[in-house]
Amino acid sequence: MAYTDKTREMYQGTLQGLKEAGLFKQERLIHSPQAADIEVEFPAGSPLRKVINMCANNYLGLSSHPDVIQAAHEGLRTRGYGMSSVRFICGTQDIHKELERRTTEFLGTEDTILFPSCMDANAGVFEAVLTKDDVMISDRLVHASLIDGIRLCGAMPDTFKHSDMAHLEQKLQMHQDRRLRLVITDGVFSMDGDTAKLDEMVALCDKYDAMLLVDESHASGFIGRTGRGTHEKYGVLGKIDIITSTFGKALGGATGGCVSGRKELVEMCRQKARPYLFSNTIAPVIVAGILKVFDMLMASTERRDKLERNAAYWRKGLQDAGFVLKEGDTPIVPVMLFNAKLAQDFSRALYDEGVYAVGFFFPVVAQSQARIRTQLSAGHEIHHLDKALEAFTKVGRKFDILGKTRQEIIDRFGM
Amino acid sequence: MADDPKDIILKYVTAEYLEEGADPLTHDTPLISGGIVDSFSMVSLKRFLENKYKISIPEDQATPEAFDTVNKIADLVKRFTKA
Repeated sequence: MAYTDKTREMYQGTLQGLKEAGLFKQERLIHSPQAADIEVEFPAGSPLRKVINMCANNYLGLSSHPDVIQAAHEGLRTRGYGMSSVRFICGTQDIHKELERRTTEFLGTEDTILFPSCMDANAGVFEAVLTKDDVMISDRLVHASLIDGIRLCGAMPDTFKHSDMAHLEQKLQMHQDRRLRLVITDGVFSMDGDTAKLDEMVALCDKYDAMLLVDESHASGFIGRTGRGTHEKYGVLGKIDIITSTFGKALGGATGGCVSGRKELVEMCRQKARPYLFSNTIAPVIVAGILKVFDMLMASTERRDKLERNAAYWRKGLQDAGFVLKEGDTPIVPVMLFNAKLAQDFSRALYDEGVYAVGFFFPVVAQSQARIRTQLSAGHEIHHLDKALEAFTKVGRKFDILGKTRQEIIDRFGM
Repeated sequence: MADDPKDIILKYVTAEYLEEGADPLTHDTPLISGGIVDSFSMVSLKRFLENKYKISIPEDQATPEAFDTVNKIADLVKRFTKA
């Protein structure tokens, strides 16, 4: 079929509709490596501007670390650029198996399989380990990639209210007649920065004979005393049946993901998970960089400790300034603005003050829950945070929201 | 009337799906097309009805349209209770 004028106009109309609804996403061009200080071209065609990045998933500040870059160069030199193959044909090098072993050791699991991304891990894992006789019971705020994976699986889906253990228990009771029960949650919820109560969830899963899957993408490398993740924070290392995670955030920030957990479940993924079977292996250069990240994290907790201090400093600074924040103790600190337009205007005003932090609003978060999501990094120094706090305070004063309650902000700007 | 299926269904749907601070539901509030009940969560609603009323609703009858309001759900229950 030809791409007719009518077809083109149809798509143009759809895109225009997104623009009119304020849902059209635009990329901002960054002309520097990922770091606390970045050079940005925004809007397109504008002169470059040096700004402080407060919205990267670069939690440990390793995305452009010289040791990681050096290791990647070495991987490129010794193992080449690409493998031109999926894993099971001729795409598995010694370093891929080494990365699987190191990930298993770091997460405290039985085995690990690499995926091109955590999106792919989440897309493939459910279909690989469950059948139509089973049930998947997910927290209502899990990440979109888990929702897509659940959709691709023939098992029965169900949900429980966000972090509501009594509701989860009801659901586990209701589904006792299914062959298998799999409870699904994020470890750290990416929009709110709160953590799943994994100790209680493990206890419930034990009581009702259920498996537990945790997406640790916003936790691996820095949550818990030695950064192993949310399961370390809640004292349940070794008790999570399936962990999915990414190497695209704290663990180097490039690409790649994994399913890590019970060895039979990992082997089921190796045999059946379609994104593993039908997508290219992770490039050797990336694998070499991640191996260096693990060397660094096994040697010292210095970076996650600094991140923790930065997050506490930032949260206190915003609280003292009079912003409404989401409660939490992770490096994700959402500044609540409630109104979508206010969130967009606030983000733009921050940029003018030299701070890069984007607004999130419906449908990414619930209606009337618009916010600026700030994310801390071990790459931030106190001078970055002080300057960013100054910018937030100046912009907060401009919009007259400092010291105002949720209701007062909504009364003034609307839901 | 506490035994009226419409009231029982309304109470269940409110407890199960309504977010804190949201407007109260009525018998005609669009649940699925209104974004209150998502497609995953429909499953437990179907199971609740089947257990409560000792009925079996075939998959092809458990459509988003048939589950879209309390009134429609009550009609569905009535149909299968009689059958």
